[in-house]
Amino acid sequence: MSTGHVVSLKVYFAVFTALMVLTALTVMAAFVDLGPINNVVALTIACTKASLVILFFMHVRYSDRLIQLSVATALLFVLILMAFTLADPLTRAWVRPVVPFVR
Amino acid sequence: MSDTTAAVVHDHAHQFDDAEQQYSASSLGMWVFLVQEIMFFSGLFLTYAAYRYAHAGAFAHASHHLDVTLGTINTVVLIGSSLTMALAVHSAQMGQRRPLVTFLFLTLVLGSVFLAIKSVEYGHKFEEGLIPGPWFMPTDPDAAEQQLFFSLYFAMTGMHALHMIIGAVALIYLIVKSAAGRYTSAYYTPIEMFGLYWHFVDIVWIFLFPLLYLFARH
Repeated sequence: MSTGHVVSLKVYFAVFTALMVLTALTVMAAFVDLGPINNVVALTIACTKASLVILFFMHVRYSDRLIQLSVATALLFVLILMAFTLADPLTRAWVRPVVPFVR
Repeated sequence: MSDTTAAVVHDHAHQFDDAEQQYSASSLGMWVFLVQEIMFFSGLFLTYAAYRYAHAGAFAHASHHLDVTLGTINTVVLIGSSLTMALAVHSAQMGQRRPLVTFLFLTLVLGSVFLAIKSVEYGHKFEEGLIPGPWFMPTDPDAAEQQLFFSLYFAMTGMHALHMIIGAVALIYLIVKSAAGRYTSAYYTPIEMFGLYWHFVDIVWIFLFPLLYLFARH
């Protein structure tokens, strides 16, 4: 058989419902003042939605190890890209320059 | 016996051992392409994160010009198109030709609705003078940083929309081929590979929506 894994329709509709609920949740949460938590909530919900799409709509949950490894590699490199680059601007305020910058 | 042998020989290209190996090669190739796409969009998201952190106030200010209602409707429309795409792949796996064509067509319709709403939004930005450059209208003290927000807004949503347009063209091709009975339950690889691309484009929007529309809303 050359076919991939057949996912039942029930799973597709359950995932779609979850995505709709999460969309409603993120929009409502955006209008409530939660302080610095607001953006964390929005990003957490976005990551959850993306995971649902990747695992079920894109069949990664049922794919070969090779495909799962490819996806994991992409996520690892995105993490490296974000962490190593943002490590600079996010920590600049922590230290005061010892020697004043002279042009 | 010779008939079955002939059928088996013709269900995969000569460089593959069998149909299953051919399918695995297609899947891996598509995923490697998508990994590249993930890294490409990550560059845009990283740029946005760095500038958002540097100019948090101006970015919050500028994002209030975006229409959350239209953004939310578009999110629902695009996730809906992902569902119809998933159902199209399912129909292909079941070898149901008519549902396959219907679901591909619905995906195309929802994708077009998304692009139509997006173009209405772009129209509003144009009328309000929010296009970065010499015609940028706001004169707030942080207008320069607001232009930065809109440069990123148009770059990111524009690149996303370009992916949607390419997807829509591919969908038309797949609808024509499906209607002609090109795909069966034994061979529907192009449908499944396109589905992966379409879901990827959906994921990009899943991140663009909160980052551009919802951050610092309250």
